[in-house]
Amino acid sequence: MSAEIDIRNLTKRYGGLTVLDDISLSIAAGEFVVFLGPSGCGKSTLLRMIAGLEDVDAGEIHLGGDRIDGLAPGKRGVAMVFQSYALYPHMSVRQNMAFGLENVGISKDEIERRCMDAAKVLEIDHLLDRKPQMLSGGQRQRVAIGRAIVKEPKAFLFDEPLSNLDAALRGRTRLELAQLHQRLGATMVFVTHDQIEAMTLADRIVIMHDKKIEQIGAPMEVYQRPATRFVAEFVGSPAMSILPAASVSAGTKGASIEVDGVGTIDSAIPLPEGFNADGASVGIRAEDTRPSDTGLPLTVQVVERLGDRTLLYGRLPNGSDLVAQDLGRTTVQAGDEVRIAVDPSAVHLFDGTGRAFHAPEEA
Amino acid sequence: MAALHRQKRLSNALFALPYLVVFAALLAFPLGWGVYLSMQKADLFGLYGFIGTNNYVRVLNDPLFWQAVRVTLLFVATTVPVLVGLGLFLALALNRRTRGSAILRGAFFSSTVLSVTIVTLIWRFVFIPGDGLLSIGFEAMGWEPIGFLSTRGWSLFSVGIATVWWCLGLPMILILAALQQIPADLYEAAALDNASRWRMFSRITIPQISGTLILVAVIQIVMQFQLFGQAQLMTNGGPNGSSRPLVLYIYRTAFENWDVGRGAAASELLFLIILAAAMLQFWVTRRANR
Ligand SMILES: Nc1ncnc2c1ncn2[C@@H]1O[C@H](COP(=O)(O)OP(=O)(O)OP(=O)(O)O)[C@@H](O)[C@H]1O
Ligand SMILES: [Mg+2]
Repeated sequence: MSAEIDIRNLTKRYGGLTVLDDISLSIAAGEFVVFLGPSGCGKSTLLRMIAGLEDVDAGEIHLGGDRIDGLAPGKRGVAMVFQSYALYPHMSVRQNMAFGLENVGISKDEIERRCMDAAKVLEIDHLLDRKPQMLSGGQRQRVAIGRAIVKEPKAFLFDEPLSNLDAALRGRTRLELAQLHQRLGATMVFVTHDQIEAMTLADRIVIMHDKKIEQIGAPMEVYQRPATRFVAEFVGSPAMSILPAASVSAGTKGASIEVDGVGTIDSAIPLPEGFNADGASVGIRAEDTRPSDTGLPLTVQVVERLGDRTLLYGRLPNGSDLVAQDLGRTTVQAGDEVRIAVDPSAVHLFDGTGRAFHAPEEA
Repeated sequence: MAALHRQKRLSNALFALPYLVVFAALLAFPLGWGVYLSMQKADLFGLYGFIGTNNYVRVLNDPLFWQAVRVTLLFVATTVPVLVGLGLFLALALNRRTRGSAILRGAFFSSTVLSVTIVTLIWRFVFIPGDGLLSIGFEAMGWEPIGFLSTRGWSLFSVGIATVWWCLGLPMILILAALQQIPADLYEAAALDNASRWRMFSRITIPQISGTLILVAVIQIVMQFQLFGQAQLMTNGGPNGSSRPLVLYIYRTAFENWDVGRGAAASELLFLIILAAAMLQFWVTRRANR
């Protein structure tokens, strides 16, 4: 039932404003792909173009081998769950789910069967005769998902479906969505700007920024080997610390990165041929640091105790901010000066254009 | 504590006072005074004593009153559906963000601000025999001219046309406002649900604006039952009372036949008819919506 999605050289403009520029992307059948990016980067627009709710200015969209970008939304074989749920307010839950099936002339028995099945899976079978305004936010959300499931679409499209739920419910629903994906084996495209949702749900994450796709990759790949400085800074919490590199030279194991006023950071990154240090920077994640006797001199400003570990937010002598990690039972206090060692194999190097370089993956 | 509470409630009442005063002076008092008048023998110079339900009996035995009731009911039963239907149609057609539709909206609404005198002047100019637009048109086509204002049937029809033209702006604007309140994502969800235009209209648009449609219908029922100016100025109720509505009947009785008491009695009856009609409309549509 599930089908692959193939997006080729897609461009979208609003008047003179280009919001998506020459996007290409392939999604395998049964894959769970998350579009992640900052607000306004065009995630919803891309999803809505797949759904047929926005016109395509250039490029093609294929679903299951058929070109769909010229088809009406209902003829594409996709189902969408809206952020606002968009349930029909004057119809009961049952009617909400049945509406799309009635429109294509599916028999009454079949409609009833599919609605009951979906309602059981989503545990909303006791709500079938209620109107949406008599449901809680979480229940409405389930109905919206139910309305998508009964259509047995080739692909599911979700536009930030969890963002109107409270934190606890969001976590639970996230888990249920993952289970639903496993059970249905359907192709799912999910838009969010929440990294945790992206990391936990996705087979692959598509990171979007400034009209373009920055990187496509599995969650850990995006996290550990970001393709660009933007991805490096966008993914991960706390955000990766970025220090300006004054010069980069070949050291014993890899590139040695000189940071003015701070010192040298050794890395295991093979120094790229003809690397231009102009505008280059070095990125360090808190988890790849630890206090030691030698290393970067950090003046600690805030100590954030997370129980199992502690985050030290501080400032380096050159004025750059750095977040370091310490043990849960650390004695470091705000105002202390500590030295921070950095794991050379986990340092990220960026050139002036934002392109990232990493140490080779360990075998 | 309780005292404070009472004080608070008193000051709350104070806020409602200005409205209550206006309500009492302009609505409640005339209503009561009308009931009082309707039980008096009265003319324009004064009251001549209590005569109980005598005025009502005489009104109810007056064939002209029943003629006026029939005329008014026919008028309401035809103009209100046309006003609601046409208002809905225009609202649907003009529910766009283009400059053209903004201009048309203004054009259709502009007739509403005209006074009844101007409206009748305009439509007399259309309907009047001899020099009227239609008359000239009919002549040019070589057809037998119709006396729109002086023929039984056509006279009420002409008053109805002028009324619809005059009153259409309000239903259109109210329905348009309701249409614009409908969230766009409902239509998007429906598009993904393969809904035809008709299904979207009947299953989303109409249910979403049904409250406004009821409101518009009730407003128009109440307004059209009070038809007066157009009928008086265009046809003067003629020919033979065939376009004479209830308010014109009341006016004749009270101010031309100088029987104020009987006029007041007819007014109270009209009030009851309007109340009943509005309630009925409300009740029927509410039930139908269940
Ligand atoms: N109808 C429109 N007309 C003009 N510009 C639009 C329109 N819709 C969206 N845009 C612009 O297109 C860009 C992408 O919008 P989109 O809604 O896809 O962002 P998004 O990534 O979904 O953001 P968010 O996370 O806030 O939902 C934005 O810069 C937005 O201003
Ligand atoms: Mg969005």
